Amino acid sequence: MIVPYSHVLILAAVIFFLGLVCVIARRNLIMTLIGIEVMMNGAAIAFIASGLRWHQLEGQAFVLFIIGVAAVEVSVGLAMIVGAYRRSGSADADTYHSLKW
Amino acid sequence: MTLYSVIFYAVSAVIVAATAVAITRRNPIHAVVYLVVSFIGSGILFFLLGAPFLAAVEIIIYAGAIMVLFLFVVMMFRIEKIEPRGYPWRQWGPALLGGVLFLSVLGLAAFRDSSGGEALEMGMVSPAALGRFVFEKYWLAIEMISLLLFLGLLAAIHLGKGPQDKTEPEDDA
Repeated sequence: MIVPYSHVLILAAVIFFLGLVCVIARRNLIMTLIGIEVMMNGAAIAFIASGLRWHQLEGQAFVLFIIGVAAVEVSVGLAMIVGAYRRSGSADADTYHSLKW
Repeated sequence: MTLYSVIFYAVSAVIVAATAVAITRRNPIHAVVYLVVSFIGSGILFFLLGAPFLAAVEIIIYAGAIMVLFLFVVMMFRIEKIEPRGYPWRQWGPALLGGVLFLSVLGLAAFRDSSGGEALEMGMVSPAALGRFVFEKYWLAIEMISLLLFLGLLAAIHLGKGPQDKTEPEDDA
């Protein structure tokens, strides 16, 4: 690989940036979850590149954990969105301003 | 400029473009399909960076399972009601401000590192070596992840049952 480490970090930062913008700027709850997924993907790329640079296996091991946590987070988050959609009939984040169901 | 770096830059361009298109789509189904492209690109990137097992896991779990889960949930909603107001423009200001701040800090950190400019060497970790390492040093974390997956299953079942189980208790037996 002839690519410098900083280029991989910049790529991971750009992907994380796109996810962050998606989470903050979009109102749809599904798009918010998609933004969180994109951010986790950027973090995983940074972990793998760091593992390759310092020749440590920890980088890849932690990407395994990131993927497991992402799977759990998506399933619980989507179940919550479906439940909220059933109660209010909308997937818009601004319609949820009360905790009483 | 070897073949590997050409592949790296091409794949990164595809990933960034697909992600940028995905987060600006109004229809979530289009966004999910673009994200599948982005995650498959990430899988190729993982393979280039020496993680063949994680490349397979990325494609199977991220592009396969998680994105299909998103598709199923989007299909449960009525599509015309999904985002009636389109883009809330006043939220893009704070989003871009925070994002650019983050990007500049990380860019500074990446370029101030003096040894960050030298090229990474090729390396490859076989799935057997990774599995041996993980189960020797991080077996407790693996068990915690499995417990977390189980709790996620329970939470999804409980949350997905809906509010009507109090009125008709025989219904979900």
